[in-house]
Amino acid sequence: MKHLPVLLVALPLFSAALMPLIAALTPKFARLSALIVMVAVHIGAWLTLKQVLDVGAWNYAFGGWPAPFGIEYVVDALSGSLVVLISLLAILTTIYSQGLRQPNTTLRSGVFEALFLLLLAGLLGIVLTGDMFNLYVFIEISSLAAYPLLASGNSRGVVATFRYLLISTIAASFYLLGTGFLYSMTGTLNMADMATQLELNPGGPALAAAIAFIVVGLAIKLALFPVHGWLPDVYTYAPTPVIGFVAAVMTKVSAYALFRILYFVLNGHGITTKALETLGWIAGLGILAGSLMALVQKDIRRILAYSSISQLGYIVLGFAIGNTWALTGALLHVINHAVIKSCLFLTAGACQWKTGATRVAEYASLGRRLPITIGALTVSAIALVGLPPTAGFFSKWYLAVGILQAGNWPFLIILILSSLLSAVYFYRIVEQAYFGPADTAYLQNQTSGKLELPVAMLSPIVLLAVAAVLLGIFNQQIVASVITKALPILP
Amino acid sequence: MSESLIDLLISQRPLVAVLVSLAVIPLILCSQRRPSLREGWTLTAAFVKFAIIVSMISQVTSGEILETSPLLLAPGIKLYLRVDAFGLLFAIVASGLWLLTSLYSIGYMRRGQYTNQTSYFVSFAICLSATIGIAFAGNLLTFFIFYEILTLATYPLVVHRQTPEALASGKKYLVYTLGAGQIFLLAILWIEVIAPGSSFTPGGFLHDHVNSDVLPFIFLLFMIGTGVKAGIMPLHGWLPAAMVAPTPVSALLHAVAVVKAGVFGVVRIVGYVFGTETLRIINVDVVLATIAAISILLASIRALGEVNLKRRLAYSTLGQLSYIVLGAALGSVTAIMGAMFHIAAHAVMKITLFFCAGSIDIATKRTEITDLGGLGRSMPITIGAFTIGAAGLTGLPLLVGFIGKWNIGLGALDADLGIFIAVLLISGVLNFAYFFPILHTAFYGHSNLKPGKEPGIAIVGPLVLTALLTIILGIAPNAGLGLYSLASQAAQEVATPVVAQDWP
Repeated sequence: MKHLPVLLVALPLFSAALMPLIAALTPKFARLSALIVMVAVHIGAWLTLKQVLDVGAWNYAFGGWPAPFGIEYVVDALSGSLVVLISLLAILTTIYSQGLRQPNTTLRSGVFEALFLLLLAGLLGIVLTGDMFNLYVFIEISSLAAYPLLASGNSRGVVATFRYLLISTIAASFYLLGTGFLYSMTGTLNMADMATQLELNPGGPALAAAIAFIVVGLAIKLALFPVHGWLPDVYTYAPTPVIGFVAAVMTKVSAYALFRILYFVLNGHGITTKALETLGWIAGLGILAGSLMALVQKDIRRILAYSSISQLGYIVLGFAIGNTWALTGALLHVINHAVIKSCLFLTAGACQWKTGATRVAEYASLGRRLPITIGALTVSAIALVGLPPTAGFFSKWYLAVGILQAGNWPFLIILILSSLLSAVYFYRIVEQAYFGPADTAYLQNQTSGKLELPVAMLSPIVLLAVAAVLLGIFNQQIVASVITKALPILP
Repeated sequence: MSESLIDLLISQRPLVAVLVSLAVIPLILCSQRRPSLREGWTLTAAFVKFAIIVSMISQVTSGEILETSPLLLAPGIKLYLRVDAFGLLFAIVASGLWLLTSLYSIGYMRRGQYTNQTSYFVSFAICLSATIGIAFAGNLLTFFIFYEILTLATYPLVVHRQTPEALASGKKYLVYTLGAGQIFLLAILWIEVIAPGSSFTPGGFLHDHVNSDVLPFIFLLFMIGTGVKAGIMPLHGWLPAAMVAPTPVSALLHAVAVVKAGVFGVVRIVGYVFGTETLRIINVDVVLATIAAISILLASIRALGEVNLKRRLAYSTLGQLSYIVLGAALGSVTAIMGAMFHIAAHAVMKITLFFCAGSIDIATKRTEITDLGGLGRSMPITIGAFTIGAAGLTGLPLLVGFIGKWNIGLGALDADLGIFIAVLLISGVLNFAYFFPILHTAFYGHSNLKPGKEPGIAIVGPLVLTALLTIILGIAPNAGLGLYSLASQAAQEVATPVVAQDWP
């Protein structure tokens, strides 16, 4: 119990090394054992979260070294919930990939599971750590694990991922440089300690450079417009189960890291305020640009990718506005968008796997052939557009109230416009799926009574679609017990 | 079933009334291959819903307000249902006519050999849940949630035929309604910032903010948001296009549920968010009344030019809806009462006309007005019912349409805006002008098309019933369910007397 926070990261990290071994001994057992590890992490995450909700934030000193000297893990209500969410999505995508039987990846069994666990460990580490340099290490772990996974789809995936590798490495280096500057100013790497030290700092070029490096570095990682260039291709050509997980959590985790650094390390400095102001306008542009780009795409995975860029803009916009409501909206959207986008990518992957359809035009008649899958797609699309009473509506609601309180009219217009644009691009998909010219020959030959997809694929999809609605109706619970506790003290 | 559960259900009756039609959806889906059982579920739900709603009348008329325990959605914002006289009036109309429409639908969809009937009945059930939710919504957010659900659930019904024309109409419908929904959301958000956590209050809750410059603008946003569904010109374009839907859909949704949800929203905003007094102070009441008056006249003139029967009825609907908006805008007790009662009155009359149009379509495949010749002889019941409905809409005394109009007219005098009576009179003449040719053709015209005969009881029965209701409610507006008292009770709550009287 006492070492739970570190176990959440260490367990997947070390069992990753065992996966090739297990696969070599009994090939069929590799995925199951990876799943067992994930379930163990998930249970651990729940226990941690329960502890945190009962007692309050949990500061864990790594190796027994007390805080400013050793590495510290900080679990608060929000990071605890994110760990629960991330491990759950990992479980669901793993179950889903079981249904694919032959995953469309070139990686050998064993290697795939090892990388997946490594990715999971890296992402959980980013969420949990309270140390600036440790955060960099986990960013690199997760990225290094993600590259081969993302590249393993086909040859175009390799090219896309190579580009991602170059850009992402630059981003991580930026982050490291910024951290270096901060370290030279404060002599500490612990986030809480650094924040205290920085309070006395009058600011100046070094701090400005540090903030700029960190913000730009993380902005690239979370694919904020206009540094989003790597994302669409990577999302389009990655293998399905990988992208269902990566698209859902990887960018969101970077967004959460940005939130923590801006509001818990660099909070209150004039330069931070300026940086946030700039970020707000960039995010606003990004929301519109992402939606507009999504509008003209023909490949459904590209539509989803550009829609992600737009949705990440919402999150960053919330950070930029920075009052209680806007931050609540942004953090809630981190959770909501993870669930919704995961569902969307898994349904898109399922349609591709079953029928080969990747373009909107090819979705014709899928509404009849895969009624449950397309139903889930419709529900999650509605949630993403943000119609009540689904999850997406409420994150937008909080965000909009925050914008209004800050008196930033243009952003509200952007929010509304983007909702309408996303309604248009999802409408094209759904209309095509339900009312497109039907392939009658296929429909007649279809044997009735059999499920449209293997249970292993269908159940994660349905679960996530239901969650997209329930998260909306019961969002108050999350906001009250998780997000309000994680908010910084605002002036 | 234990007693505590029954108690719980009784205490949460408004919620049960909303959910009952959702609850049968799994049953409808499961009995997909057995149409009779499937339609049985629809009828059961319609009946139970109507019964629950009727059971609330006596409590509401005695001044009680029924509430459900609120579900917290956001700090300070509750999702909760609250039954007042006005909401109950709308709920009675919608659920009562759903019962009749369900019966009619069964006859119509089977005779017409429509495909995908399961999805049709499922969407219908969702629509009705949303409509009752709108009627019972206790605050703006709850209202908006059901309003958007209604938008989405109607879409599959509009595109039911899946022809290119139907899909184009569906797209048009979504563009109008989703766009309006976002504008409505904007207005709600703004109100939320000005007056956090407010619920609908008779007479409005914005008295303290009358000096705020933004109120007229917020009101404009609200009117765009609700005005699209209410078909206020120039926001009406979707309604005639939506006539491509099967006739029972046009009947219940485009004469009762959806468009009435729009005008219901207008009256809610006018009477329960802003309050007539506030509107007068910020000088938008006459503007709204003028726009409504122009809508009435333009829609009636436009109806003259339509040759398709259902499209002419659609334009007639647009004109009649604007009566209600006009009544609300005038703001005197009588006018608001007239407006509220006209929600019920127009629903009964217009559904009769649509039922008749559907009956003609099913029996003879005729949809254009010029083709109706000779039907007065071969389908006397249908055309007879049509005559009653049309006469009622023209505003003939002793029919239900007269009552609303009369009160709106009196209300205009009360509000010192007698000029609007002229609009009512001109519109009455225009109504006559566009209904008369239909009847004339039907009774005296000739057509070489195959004469039809009356379709089965499932189709003729409902239209005879609504025609009878048009007469009964016209003679005794309070008969049966006490709709008139509900309207007048609600209007008393909302309106402040125009001439302030000193208490002796």
